[in-house]
Amino acid sequence: MSLDLPMIWAALIAFAVLAYVVLDGFDLGVGILFPFMRGEAARDEAMNSVAPVWDGNETWLVLGGGGLLAVFPLAYSIIMSALYAPIIVMLLALAFRGVAFEFRWKTKRGKFLWDWAFAFGSTMAGFAQGVALGALVQGIPVANRAYAGGWWDWLTPFTLLTGVALVIGYALLGSTWLIWKAEGQVQRRAYDIAFWAAPATLLLIGVVSLWTPFLGPIYAQRWFAWPQILLVVPVPLAVLGMGFLLLKGLTARREVSPFLASLSLFVLCFIGLGISFFPYMVPHSVTIRDAAAPDNSLGFLLIGASVLVPIILAYTVYAYWVFRGKVNSVGGYH
Amino acid sequence: MDGFDALTLARMQFAFTVSAHIIFPAFTIGLASYLAVLNGLRLWTGREVFLDLFNYWKKIFAVTFGMGVVSGIVMSYQFGTNWSVFSDKVGPVIGPLMGYEVLSAFFLEAGFLGVMLFGRERVGPVLHFLACLMVALGTFMSAFWILAVNSWMQTPSGHGVNEAGQFIVNDWWAVIFTASFPYRLVHMVLAAYLTTAFVVGAVGALHLLRDKSNEAARIMFSMAMWMAAIVAPIQILAGDQHGLNTLAHQPAKIAAIEGHFETVSAAPLILFGIPDAANSRIDYSVSIPYLGSLILTHTLDGTIRGLDTWPADERPPVGIIFWSFRVMVGIGMLMLGLGMWSLWLRWRGALYDTPLMHRAALLMGPAGFAAVLAGWITTEVGRQPWTVYGLLRTADSVSPVDAAAVGASLIAFIVVYFALFGSGTFYILRLMNKAPERHEAGLPHDEPIRAGGIMPAPVLPTPPAGE
Ligand code: HDD
Ligand code: HEM
Ligand code: HEM
Repeated sequence: MSLDLPMIWAALIAFAVLAYVVLDGFDLGVGILFPFMRGEAARDEAMNSVAPVWDGNETWLVLGGGGLLAVFPLAYSIIMSALYAPIIVMLLALAFRGVAFEFRWKTKRGKFLWDWAFAFGSTMAGFAQGVALGALVQGIPVANRAYAGGWWDWLTPFTLLTGVALVIGYALLGSTWLIWKAEGQVQRRAYDIAFWAAPATLLLIGVVSLWTPFLGPIYAQRWFAWPQILLVVPVPLAVLGMGFLLLKGLTARREVSPFLASLSLFVLCFIGLGISFFPYMVPHSVTIRDAAAPDNSLGFLLIGASVLVPIILAYTVYAYWVFRGKVNSVGGYH
Repeated sequence: MDGFDALTLARMQFAFTVSAHIIFPAFTIGLASYLAVLNGLRLWTGREVFLDLFNYWKKIFAVTFGMGVVSGIVMSYQFGTNWSVFSDKVGPVIGPLMGYEVLSAFFLEAGFLGVMLFGRERVGPVLHFLACLMVALGTFMSAFWILAVNSWMQTPSGHGVNEAGQFIVNDWWAVIFTASFPYRLVHMVLAAYLTTAFVVGAVGALHLLRDKSNEAARIMFSMAMWMAAIVAPIQILAGDQHGLNTLAHQPAKIAAIEGHFETVSAAPLILFGIPDAANSRIDYSVSIPYLGSLILTHTLDGTIRGLDTWPADERPPVGIIFWSFRVMVGIGMLMLGLGMWSLWLRWRGALYDTPLMHRAALLMGPAGFAAVLAGWITTEVGRQPWTVYGLLRTADSVSPVDAAAVGASLIAFIVVYFALFGSGTFYILRLMNKAPERHEAGLPHDEPIRAGGIMPAPVLPTPPAGE
């Protein structure tokens, strides 16, 4: 029996990253929107809506990073050193917002400080992730199994754009999450924010998508060559469709569909990225196969993953199910 | 950053961030078990005071746990940012072990933490107790896997090397259960228990000094002192065995710890002195004849290999580990002393009436943290100049990063960690300063605990019906 372990693991890592982006995306989004919430009660309510789940959400980031080290050590080492600054900024930002969940309730005088730590940390984390993503899309030069570019290569107009785009995308996820989870004043505020975040996100998806083919002939080839275009064209079409559903849900004041539509937008963009990257792990230098660890390392971890990941997923779904109601500022769900 | 190269800075950064991280697990591993014990005692005896104690310590646990998580996430990315060559070469071996840590330990903790913190009313006392056990098991699994990683780096086995220069695994069992692993696991888990016991003991002592009739304070003090009396001697034994194991596998480390620059028979045990590595000698030493050989070879005239038998570029730095080791052992002895004193007082029936003892216990509160840090410094610095002992040099592990980038991020880590963890420590001390009360509130109403975890139970009890 021969399983194609590198491909299975590429799919699993992609899944972990996607799970991280959509799950932590909405709780980072809530942090990004924090300064736009008026009054302490509104902020308490917004934070309470994500407090029970954020740690579980962030564990997917650890799985993504740890998994990459385990199964694609070469990609891990190249990407982490190429994206040194954005990664460090992301880690520090996540530390700020992570402790804010706890510390904010431990002080009265200092509460506003932790409000800022939460908002600032969430925004910087989102921005750094966006920059890192953009830098990956730009391509990373490699020589002798090591990063071969300069230390500021990650900083270009394109990566700044992807940084902003991700922050706004997260804000959209956060606001539609709050539409679903909150009521009254907080929900109204969330609608207001979603009304500009939705078109802005769609616009930015468009700009980034149109810019990408100019970054390398491989991308242009992937997306525009005939007859391959027939295979990939459903993705942008679905994005348009989802964008339409999102705007429609918002104007009709639906509560759940805007969130689901925003999630789908993220999933579609992720699929788009997958189409652009494949078969590269580090565009356009290292392929999935080159980056993979020896098969017995992949196999060893796969045994555990195939037992434990489904359990983790089932438990996560169950936890969200138990939390299905609305939240209020005292933290109760009903 | 003149004078510092990227390698030195990367080492400083790793040492700083991992030292900050280990402080939290050292406490949460022990505290998770302590909470499970308190919960079990409440179930078993039905006494309310154990629930009060549980609720008291769980608030402190939540804050510590939160800091453990954020400092841990930094660690899992640091291998790539600063040690990319190491990651590429060693990833196939240690990566899967860390992957198992995430899957088996972190998700387990995240899953049951919520129930543990909020769930008692919701899931009932028995399931609640089980959740506490699962969290404790999660912290143990975490220690298991990460120490397997570290032990493989200290005493590698079960591996081979492929064409790309990567370490590959021939035998997973041999990779996980390396020669030093059992010793390190035992020593570290006991260290975590002792650390926690001394913190709990100090808090108990503080409240006994204020009011010696406080029942909860009496109970925690007594429990902590039992731990000190029983576990401290075991830890010393375990440490001794660990040292013998290190002598067998990393003799250069032991030579440096002992301060023996030259090979000697009937070696003395050097208690104190000032190692002078440049001239290969120890100044002003105070030593006990024969004891060195006796401890390490269990004969009076056994031979201990001196550092000069290794080439200069394979010797660990002597000064640091000579001292860090003595700090750890010294604290171990003090812990043993306090434990014995508590037995004596208990026998005399004066455990709760001896303020001098309570002051001493208060002073010893942070001792465990100091011993843990000193122990890790001994282990890690003593492994130098290797990252994978004898196989991969530290100098060949580092990322090809600019010194400026590493230096800037090091400064950022220092500033941010002191601000964040300093505040956290302050909040923890404030919680500890408050005496445990009767019917200690499980959930203060305006202040949900939210260290994290996926919680299959609402953050606060559902508001009364009709809302
Ligand atoms: C409460 C904490 C604590 C206490 C009281 C002690 N230790 Fe320890 N020691 C540790 C906490 C620790 C540690 C943090 O757990 C280390 C660092 C890495 C490790 O495996 O354990 C360690 C390492 C360590 C090493 C280095 C092993 C190596 O080379 O890898 C030796 C030889 C000892 N210890 C021996 C002792 C002795 C003889 C002690 C008694 C007097 C002692 N330790 C008390
Ligand atoms: C360089 C090595 C290390 C790395 C990469 C690392 C990584 C991590 C990460 C990512 C977390 C957060 C998990 C979450 O999201 O819930 C964490 C927490 C934890 N780590 Fe570490 N860790 C390291 C060293 C250690 C050591 C030496 C121990 C103990 C022997 C340890 C024990 C724990 C425990 C018990 C937790 C749970 C959180 C807590 O109790 O504070 N770790 N670690
Ligand atoms: C948690 C407690 C730990 C402490 C306090 C600690 C301390 C240190 C110190 C002081 C150094 C610098 C050594 C020197 O510059 O001479 C170091 C280096 C290092 N340690 Fe540890 N360490 C710990 C755990 C670990 C663990 C669990 C791992 C492996 C997973 C690890 C892997 C490394 C690596 C890769 C380096 C960098 C290379 C080197 O300088 O050896 N450490 N550590």
